[in-house]
Amino acid sequence: MRALLLVAPLMLFLVAIFIVPIGMLLTRSVDNREVARTLPNTVAMLSSWDGRTVPDEAIYAALATDLKASSREDVAEIAKRLNYYEAGTRSMLLKTARTIRNAKSPYKDAFVAADAQWETPRYWHLLKRAMPELTAFYLLAALDMSRDETGAITTVTPENAVHIDVLLRTFAVSASVTLLCLLLGYPLAALIARSKGSTANTLLILVLLPFWTSLLVRTSAWVVLLQSRGVVNSALAWLGVIDPSQPLELIYNRIGVLIAMTHILLPFMVLPIYSVMKSIPPVYLRAASSLGAPPLSAFWRIYLPMSMPGVSAGGLLVFILALGYYITPALVGGPRDQMVSYYIAYYSNQVTNWGMAAALSAILLVAVLILYAVYNRMVGIDRLRIG
Amino acid sequence: MLCLAMSAPALAGDTITVTSWGGAYTKSQENAFFGPYSKETGVKILQDEWDGSTAKLKGMVETSQVNWDVVDVEPGHALQGCDEGWLEEIDYSKLGGKEAFIDGAAMDCAAATIVFGTIYAYDASKFSNGGPTTMADLFDTKKFPGPRALRKAPKTTLEFALIADGVAPAEVYDVLGSPEGVDRAFKKLDTIKKDVKVWWTAGAQPPQLLADGEVLMTTAWNGRIYDAVKNSGKNFKIVWDGQGMDFNLWAQPKGSPHKEAADKFIAYTMNPDVMARQSQYISYGPTLKAAIAKVPADILPDLPTAPENTKNAFVVSAEFWADHDEELTERFNKWLAQ
Repeated sequence: MRALLLVAPLMLFLVAIFIVPIGMLLTRSVDNREVARTLPNTVAMLSSWDGRTVPDEAIYAALATDLKASSREDVAEIAKRLNYYEAGTRSMLLKTARTIRNAKSPYKDAFVAADAQWETPRYWHLLKRAMPELTAFYLLAALDMSRDETGAITTVTPENAVHIDVLLRTFAVSASVTLLCLLLGYPLAALIARSKGSTANTLLILVLLPFWTSLLVRTSAWVVLLQSRGVVNSALAWLGVIDPSQPLELIYNRIGVLIAMTHILLPFMVLPIYSVMKSIPPVYLRAASSLGAPPLSAFWRIYLPMSMPGVSAGGLLVFILALGYYITPALVGGPRDQMVSYYIAYYSNQVTNWGMAAALSAILLVAVLILYAVYNRMVGIDRLRIG
Repeated sequence: MLCLAMSAPALAGDTITVTSWGGAYTKSQENAFFGPYSKETGVKILQDEWDGSTAKLKGMVETSQVNWDVVDVEPGHALQGCDEGWLEEIDYSKLGGKEAFIDGAAMDCAAATIVFGTIYAYDASKFSNGGPTTMADLFDTKKFPGPRALRKAPKTTLEFALIADGVAPAEVYDVLGSPEGVDRAFKKLDTIKKDVKVWWTAGAQPPQLLADGEVLMTTAWNGRIYDAVKNSGKNFKIVWDGQGMDFNLWAQPKGSPHKEAADKFIAYTMNPDVMARQSQYISYGPTLKAAIAKVPADILPDLPTAPENTKNAFVVSAEFWADHDEELTERFNKWLAQ
């Protein structure tokens, strides 16, 4: 109980600043109240419509009443919402609303005058589809699926299926970067942990240096180094390793992404491993060799298992940070290297489609939680140490 | 730049806050408009900056805490602000009527001050016997073999593909509005896909890619290429054929405290003589038909609005992209990944 009181301030802070806002944002992935809120009369009438015949004047009048009673902002909101089902609906509905605001009954003629398609069931179907207050539309779309007319779930056409690929690619790139960071970072951490005084300090500063340079600057620096007439290719050509007319393709592809991201995330791997290695008493290795263990087996059976908590901490840290990268892949990657956060940023900043942004975030979050659960079963989270 | 917008004006009515994009662009507005206007009228102009994210602007209007009187917006904002009712409608009777403006520049809730062009450019030193001259040349890898860079977005990229495929600029959106037209644009892009070495995302990339010799030609925004020529002495050439013209516009958030003073300022910049000044500081063209003639002859050829440069141009349709951006971006990204 007392322990609870001690952590209460932090708990409250976390809940208010972190958990609640994220939870609220995630609810946006199923929230679908726009149409029901803005067009209450229409929704009431449409629920008894059979969906085959053209609606009668009463429904046109209900929609006209709703449109007249709602603010321009609300109409713009549902226009945007309906546009997700069918591109082009946005401008059609806005145009219709402008006409209807000054129209008198009979309303059907006014609607048809604004857009001839109001005479067919087409737009009414869209409205009916958008009526429910909760929707799986965004989550399905994030998994490249949609519901057809009958309500059955189908996968979208191949030329529009993009999200699953992107999600798998995001995990593949993150896993590769984590592995590369481990291969480069482990020996480096071991070296720093065994160095004394000023050498160790110098090495640590070199590891920390990237932290004090902006991410964008470091990414641009890789462009200068790796491009076809960049520093690396020029040096190789000068050494005669490659033919100057056939430079190595080191950037604007997956190789460039892996190089740049590994460089940027390396410190996050080195520091946890180093701090764990610092706490391994050297006397253990001496004891192992005095008992007759060759160096390799002493490392394999004593040092590696003892440094494992640092490795898993660094690995988890790098992997989760890598999942969220999009500036770096956007600048040094090719068209096949865009990560999922690029799309989340696109949906939230460029077209303000919160539903889609939230759905992609939710899928990413669930995937990470599943991974975390697997990790916990295999390694055990209590074995993780940052120092 | 100092953000002075928060300091309280000495006397209401003699101070307005104008919000723009910063950098060389705002500098050109200072030189052409803000400075001279303050000198002539005694009205103090405070400056603020924004990055184009609508959340802040919308929030201001919704909470009635509007401290921007005039905002420099893009067509997409002007459309959305009109639809959602957070921008004032423009009274064109005070600005010489809508017909004084070039096509598309007089929007309901914002009046354009400049035109910028999305074009393609090349490094002239790489072409010994004449460079490319038409939009079709950008897609012609037989005549001009070599790597290219295109923008990593469907907006303007698809229009270019259709124009290169023989669609008249005036019909580009009719064609792109149909599924067959979209297929046609992607088919045309297929023909140069393997020659596109870089898909750029930031406006600073194209001049850099040309300078590094990374690509032979690249699409770009004309101001960036002009800047590289003028200030870095590069030998880049712009191909204006098939360019996409786009606007920056003055808008007024609803409920601004100095609406009348803001109206007067906007009217001042919409005088052809005043508007023509801005081109001396940045290579963007004026939007008033009468101002185009007043641009100094030595600058004119570098502007998107020069008669020579608009022969085969289209105006980027904000309305079309508001309807189709998401759908086409998804398709575009999928196409890129194939």
